Amino acid sequence: MFHWDVVWQNLFASSFLTAAWTTLWLSVIAQVIGVLLGLLLALMRMSHSPLLNLPARFYIWLFRGSPLLVQILILYTGIPELFHNSAVTSFLSAYVVILIAFSLNEGAYMAEIVRAGIESVDMGQMEAAKALGMRTSLGMRRIILPQAARVIVPPLGNEFNNMLKTTSLASVIGLLELTGTAQTIGSISFTTFELLIVATVYYLLLTTLWGYTQSWIERRLDPNRNQKVELDTKSLTARMMGFGTPRVR
Amino acid sequence: MGTDMQENEMVRGEQIVKRFGSLTVLNGVDLSVKRGQVVVIIGPSGSGKTTLLRCINHLEKIDGGRIYVDGELVGYRDVNGKVVEDREANVARIRSRIGFVFQRFNLFPHMNALDNIIEAPIHVLGHKREEVTQRAHDLLAKVGLSEKAQSFPHKLSGGQQQRVAIARALAMNPKLMLFDEATSALDPELVGEVLKVMRQLADEGMTMVVVTHEMGFARDVADHVIFMDKSVIVEQGPPEKVFGQTENERTRNFLGMIAQ
Repeated sequence: MFHWDVVWQNLFASSFLTAAWTTLWLSVIAQVIGVLLGLLLALMRMSHSPLLNLPARFYIWLFRGSPLLVQILILYTGIPELFHNSAVTSFLSAYVVILIAFSLNEGAYMAEIVRAGIESVDMGQMEAAKALGMRTSLGMRRIILPQAARVIVPPLGNEFNNMLKTTSLASVIGLLELTGTAQTIGSISFTTFELLIVATVYYLLLTTLWGYTQSWIERRLDPNRNQKVELDTKSLTARMMGFGTPRVR
Repeated sequence: MGTDMQENEMVRGEQIVKRFGSLTVLNGVDLSVKRGQVVVIIGPSGSGKTTLLRCINHLEKIDGGRIYVDGELVGYRDVNGKVVEDREANVARIRSRIGFVFQRFNLFPHMNALDNIIEAPIHVLGHKREEVTQRAHDLLAKVGLSEKAQSFPHKLSGGQQQRVAIARALAMNPKLMLFDEATSALDPELVGEVLKVMRQLADEGMTMVVVTHEMGFARDVADHVIFMDKSVIVEQGPPEKVFGQTENERTRNFLGMIAQ
């Protein structure tokens, strides 16, 4: 028997509001660290020095080539076992493990996205910057990265959308984000099904809100946002759900 | 600095060698540009003229020889007679006083014309925004684009973009301007407006090295013409001599082909 009233009761329960908040802040922090790490790795990867690009290549290969779930379990159970050290074990609380695992994993994916973004910028741009007396670091910051950002932001948006949902893996080490909360409360009161529906509603809410935020950011990065009327651009609803009307800005 | 550089020399190249892999692009080129002089380099595609220009502000490393701009060795340091790679900060400092105009303009597409011009004076030279902005407006007026300060590059024609690029280079107060086929990417009807700005600069006494296919410009504006072919300087001298009574067969062939 499916109980709609259980869904309704739990939709605004403090346990789920707290869980949604946990999902959100875990995602935001892991994504921010992942982007910074990705930027660093991308620059290392693009360096001509093997001392920099080989470690970056190895890192990206390792973290993209193995499952995130396994990385979480290794950090949570494997490493404390290896060290038999209470300081390590107590530092590696569930929250810390999740943040480390998600950030490290996300860094590897962001590295490739950032690299593609930087490589999409015309080579002449860095030459022009240098010809004006800029050092590589200044040219990167003022000229290359702002242009790369326009290429980076759409896939970055997808990454964050994924991150919001991937945090559900944290439930395997007992962390009470949305999925963990649904399972834990549900298994006590035999309402797992209903509570997973509640969790789903929250995931959809978070990803939808993010979708709007993302398209706002993309519009802001468009240098001719004030002049252009785009008839071909689909509205957000159209992009997310496959129907809806073209948007005129 | 063990060079017999003359007081009035702005650029001096000694036996410049540049290779791309096994291909030698510059094979022992000597170059001298005096203050206030306009030197025009002509020659067929692949002769090495663009590479020579790019070596002057160290956009290309060189494999042999030395280049001095205003008495300073560019891109390298002299350590006990051995030439070693210079520090990036020093290369950047030298470049900041050499204007470079690219064939493909290379304006910064995420900035409007004004911001393109004030970017380096603010972030490289550390000048105040208000002062630089005033000067940028003056420069835009000078290149005939007062109305376009707020326009983004993609809203400008090729000729307008190149004129903004020239203004951007001038905003750094360069003592030397390098032009790399500045009109080659332009539609024919837009070439004139860019050449006019370049002529004006020459008239004001700017030291210029110009790589171009515009023979009219070379004939009228150059103080000194260099003809390059197959990685070396084949002939050089005043335009009357190179264009008028050259005895060199390669130069004659090239000019004959251009004329057709």
